[in-house]
Amino acid sequence: MQDERFPGHPLLPYLLILPSVAVIVVFLIVPFAQSVWGSFFVTSPFGTKTIYVGLRNYLELFQSSDYLKSVIVTVYFSAFVVVIGLGASLAIALLLNQKIQGVGFYQIALIWTYALSPAVAGTIWALLFAPATGLVPYLVGRIIPGYTLNWMTNGSLALLVVSAAATWKMLGYNIVFFLAGLQNIPEELLDAARVDGAGPWLTFRHITFPLLSPTTTFLLFMNMLYAFFQVFGLIDIMTQGGPGDATNLLVYNLYRDAFIHLQSGRADAQSVIIFVIIAVAATFQLRAATKKAAYAR
Amino acid sequence: MTRKRTLTILTHAVLILLVAVLAFPVFYAIVTSTLSFREAYQYPPRLVPGTQFLENVREAWVRASFGRLFFNSVFISLVVSVVKIILSLLAAFAYTHFRFRGRGLLFGMSMITQMLPLPVRILPTYELMADFRWINTYWALTVPFFASTTGILLFRQFFLTVPRELSDAARVDGATPMRYFWQILVPISRTNIAALFVIEFVFMWSQYLWPLIVTTTKEMRVVQIGLKMLIASEQIAPEWNVIMAGTVIAMLPPLVVLLALRKSFAQGIAMQSEK
Repeated sequence: MQDERFPGHPLLPYLLILPSVAVIVVFLIVPFAQSVWGSFFVTSPFGTKTIYVGLRNYLELFQSSDYLKSVIVTVYFSAFVVVIGLGASLAIALLLNQKIQGVGFYQIALIWTYALSPAVAGTIWALLFAPATGLVPYLVGRIIPGYTLNWMTNGSLALLVVSAAATWKMLGYNIVFFLAGLQNIPEELLDAARVDGAGPWLTFRHITFPLLSPTTTFLLFMNMLYAFFQVFGLIDIMTQGGPGDATNLLVYNLYRDAFIHLQSGRADAQSVIIFVIIAVAATFQLRAATKKAAYAR
Repeated sequence: MTRKRTLTILTHAVLILLVAVLAFPVFYAIVTSTLSFREAYQYPPRLVPGTQFLENVREAWVRASFGRLFFNSVFISLVVSVVKIILSLLAAFAYTHFRFRGRGLLFGMSMITQMLPLPVRILPTYELMADFRWINTYWALTVPFFASTTGILLFRQFFLTVPRELSDAARVDGATPMRYFWQILVPISRTNIAALFVIEFVFMWSQYLWPLIVTTTKEMRVVQIGLKMLIASEQIAPEWNVIMAGTVIAMLPPLVVLLALRKSFAQGIAMQSEK
């Protein structure tokens, strides 16, 4: 932290942060506290009565096979988005980070999907995979005659298609950050390794990858947030959680319980569970980032 | 040397292939948006553009009042991006240029924003909107988004690299802190401001869940929800040509912003990754 640069203005810093802090308190911290509080109650359907039930909402969730299935679907989905997405983007970024002509063009030509929204990505992939008439089912039918690809009736396939669509949309974002991270690696270190006779793989494993770890942990966390929450629009447009709950991510389940089934206590409990998952991931991310940053220096 | 040349050609070939594969879904969407209903259902699927683009746009425009939705999305994305940038600049200024009681605690609180995304507080925040009578208003679509962890971090990191001599000189010349802020600090933050504008505009333009729950009237919906309205408006079979016309409109503004500010955006991200 820095020293006082303008002594003699005791009130000014508070005034400067007041708007930000007010928004955080009113729209984030207080509502979150209410989520925690509300998770210990159940409300009758028309909101006439609120009854304290302790941990019952949580117990019911963990005993519900639908909820556990939603947890598993979310794990599969986020694992796909994180592992495939980060792996592919890192490979592309490494390819881009070379002294070749036209780098500027390739950069923009590979990152622009960043500007697409999850809902737009979902709409386009729904077109590509449209049962019977879409391009992909057509191609699959040509390759395997007699097979009809219909993801709207096949749960595992639906999960695969929404995962692929979500990963595709996030590639641009990941490439931007990996590329920035790669460009910050001091050239001398890579040259030194080369002089010592290390091949590309050894250089990557022992120098590039460790030095890139602040970027990687940051992206891990951002991709997890993306896979947990921001894909809501993509799911709502493509599958609405179906077929038969096969793509019913935790955030979609929460939306349905809160705004369609109107089970407020149950929804609040789900909010708190999701918060615990993020908090654990955030702590991990922060610790890894600070540790590795010190190491990189 | 020939081996190196082969390698370079190979790299270019792979990169061009990647560019094409990544762009293909959008290319196909654009082609579909130019077809007639009948052409969109042609078998085998058609990859050559047609001539119906304007008709399809008009149809989408009328069917989902896309004009109004488009205005709403542009308006809230601009307002939220600009306000977020100003608030983040002010907060980062306070955290880097002043010592005050509770600074560490308040800074920690600003950082917690990232851990409290909408789903972990969705019902109470919605009820708050109802209490404020903000349902179906621009207030609900903008104000809850005004705090930004990303922005405060980005500007804080940059302000810490600004040499102390600059603020000392300004103070010696008798400039007030706010004058130094507006006339020196903000102008030299241009690149970061542009980068943050891209990030926040894209983020806000993509919002779906919040607009879905705090708006119910056709006049207050946003473009993203409009896509769903278009899909739901189908009679017999999805009118992909019309839906894709809507999709093309829905992806244009953030793309324009990204392309226009791509240099600053890349520089800003690079600066942020520097540790």
